[in-house]
Amino acid sequence: MTSLDVPTRRPFRAPFRKYQLDNAYDEMFEPSGVPRASYETLHERLGEMAAEELRRRQKAADLSFLHQGITFTVYGREEGTEKIFPYDVLPRIITSGEWTTIERGLIQRITALNLFLKDLYHEGKILNDRVIPREMIYTCRHYRREMRGLRVPREIYISIVGTDLVRLEDGRFAVLEDNLRVPSGVSYMLANRQVIKRVFPGMFSNYGVRPIDQYGQVLLATLRALAPHRDDPTIVLLTPGPYNSAYFEHTFLARQMGIELVEGRDLLVHENVVYMRTTGGLRRVDVIYRRIDDDFIDPLTFRGDTSLGVAGLFNAYRAGNVALANAIGTGIADDKALYAYVPAIIRYYLDEDAILPNIETYLLSDESQRSYVLDNLDKLVVKAVGESGGYGMLIGPHSTAAQREEFRRRIVADPRNYIGQPTLALSRAPCFIDGQVEARCVDLRPYILYGDGITIVPGGLTRVALQRGSLVVNSSQGGGSKDTWVLY
Amino acid sequence: MLSRVAESLYWMSRYLERAEHTARLLDLNLNLMLDQAPDPDGLRWPRLLESLRVTLRANAKTDAYSVAQALTFDAKNKASIIACMSAARENARQVREQISSEMWEELNQLFLQTKRAGRKWKATPHLFFRGVKEGAHLFQGITDSTLSHSEGWHFIQAGRFIERASATAALLEAHVGELFEPSDSEVEHSDYLDMVGLLKSCTAFEAYCKVYTADLNPERIAEFLLLNPEFPRSVRFAAEMIQTALGAIGELAETRKNGRANRLSGRLRAALSFSQIDEIMGGGLRPYLNDIKRQCAQIHTALYQQYVSYPIEAALRSDGKQPNQ
Repeated sequence: MTSLDVPTRRPFRAPFRKYQLDNAYDEMFEPSGVPRASYETLHERLGEMAAEELRRRQKAADLSFLHQGITFTVYGREEGTEKIFPYDVLPRIITSGEWTTIERGLIQRITALNLFLKDLYHEGKILNDRVIPREMIYTCRHYRREMRGLRVPREIYISIVGTDLVRLEDGRFAVLEDNLRVPSGVSYMLANRQVIKRVFPGMFSNYGVRPIDQYGQVLLATLRALAPHRDDPTIVLLTPGPYNSAYFEHTFLARQMGIELVEGRDLLVHENVVYMRTTGGLRRVDVIYRRIDDDFIDPLTFRGDTSLGVAGLFNAYRAGNVALANAIGTGIADDKALYAYVPAIIRYYLDEDAILPNIETYLLSDESQRSYVLDNLDKLVVKAVGESGGYGMLIGPHSTAAQREEFRRRIVADPRNYIGQPTLALSRAPCFIDGQVEARCVDLRPYILYGDGITIVPGGLTRVALQRGSLVVNSSQGGGSKDTWVLY
Repeated sequence: MLSRVAESLYWMSRYLERAEHTARLLDLNLNLMLDQAPDPDGLRWPRLLESLRVTLRANAKTDAYSVAQALTFDAKNKASIIACMSAARENARQVREQISSEMWEELNQLFLQTKRAGRKWKATPHLFFRGVKEGAHLFQGITDSTLSHSEGWHFIQAGRFIERASATAALLEAHVGELFEPSDSEVEHSDYLDMVGLLKSCTAFEAYCKVYTADLNPERIAEFLLLNPEFPRSVRFAAEMIQTALGAIGELAETRKNGRANRLSGRLRAALSFSQIDEIMGGGLRPYLNDIKRQCAQIHTALYQQYVSYPIEAALRSDGKQPNQ
């Protein structure tokens, strides 16, 4: 069927000979095979460039990552394994008009989700009005009872967000996931830009790409905005340490902002004030950009079997002596089952329709939706609600009978823990693979900062499923990334 | 600077200095073996172990290559080269963002190269140990020329020279017997080689000759290794470097400039600057060396108490009502 949709398109020339169009949205080509206006220059340049030349530039980019030590760690083996994050040299281009919609949609969504968190941990009006069923909240393992009634600085719960967007077949952007806890990947966004400027300097300067280098400054200003009552606040980045998969990013951001990178053992709490232990004595800490999950942040309040966090931190937080970004308990709002309610949340707090649509989602705690999903496991995607990074996921069309049986068993045992979604045809973007340009699935994760206002640096991390036909873009599952150009 | 970071830099440097020292001593002793009659009393290797402050397991073999193997590759032996290097690398890894990429790459490469040498080292031990020494020297050079000479660098200096001062004192102490209490049956030729060996253990043979000519004399050797102000492995030189580093740290950390660590290092330096070898010999060389080792340990402890593991209550009190921000 799909090839009949584009019967008249011209055959592709080198280096696009292996490029395929199907029913998914293609970022570079119209269905007729003509390049979209925003991609024209890139398309032209690629046609002129010898494969050898492109290969040389890809190699230069790879080396640059290797030398900078831009790596991540893969879990699930005995000892963390460091890998270079695969990088594709061809940029993904977003037009000014598309970006305006994305920006408006994200600002709307983050505003509403922040109001939702505030309401949820105070009056709970949205529950009383039965927009969201109570049990949906109380059965979520990211709901933190301890946060009820606690006033967070400036009533901002989610200061740093990385929302995953995908492009539907009709070209619209839709939200796939809200990451409201400790979203990662922004260092790759920044590093990708550094590298492409070196690899394609001429093309970059002619394209009119909006800058993203100010991210570090904006992040610092966002954190400073949270500081409780002090003019010159001390801000630190709290990392779980060198064995964490995102440690490179932690060091990178700390350096970009010029703040101290601390581990839990560097901090201590005395009479509800947080201090860090320096060679010059104890120094008071006002804002903590924490890259540690709620569970591990304070052994006295949350999980006791951890040495990553700081004993007594939650009490200091409760006393208003220190700000945390993000706040504790934000995971409730990016629970994958609660995701289905976000359009209703936007309508409830802002009285607006969602600008960026959701993906249709089946809640497996609902009996009729569950039986539909169980009958169609081979067509749908099933995700565990609290997982991230592409772990705990079934992609129906690519699964084996045994895997489907396994998920059926798990769903029946704990339906609240899973959701179902249709298998999406993610949009395709051109990637340089083995000397040819081929189409691969991509998504987009812009980074949203909420301090004095909401700021989104024009860009984001475009993740690529480098395997032909694969839909999984997570770095932990063999995905790569490319630079994202938002045009003026 | 974070106390944890200072601690890691200090130990990174100290462990690497220790690995280099062990490599130098092993290289030299294996080489000396070639020139000398078989070691009839079996004194050489126990003396080496003493100078490195190491005891081997009770049932361990004590022939040259077994000892060298244990001191080089036995990861369970905390004093072995591989264990020291691994500890240096682990400390560096903990503060990877604080050191230069060049430092990390060199240290990482040195560790991997040492580990890979595995069993092959016996064929050409000299080349192997030389690789270790050169790697350590290269790392020090890279550190000096790629890292800002700020607080962290001074902790690196402190670690290196506290280790060096006590290692040189221990080495000299292990040789006191053979230098100053010779038995009658010893052949002169062997004495000479032992003295050369001691100097070469500190790469001091050429430097000594420039000061005193090749006329080797036990008292002068002791004087040179203890009191020479210019030779970088002498105890006095190390003490000066320790004092400089601790003075700078006191300034940069903006606190307690006249702390105990500064006072102790100043005292050690002053004692070495104003000592004369005949007085030292009069009072007994062994007790003098013991005292130096004790002072080095005290400086280490004071450094820890002042900058790393200070009691929280005291730190909260020391700056009045509000701890300094």
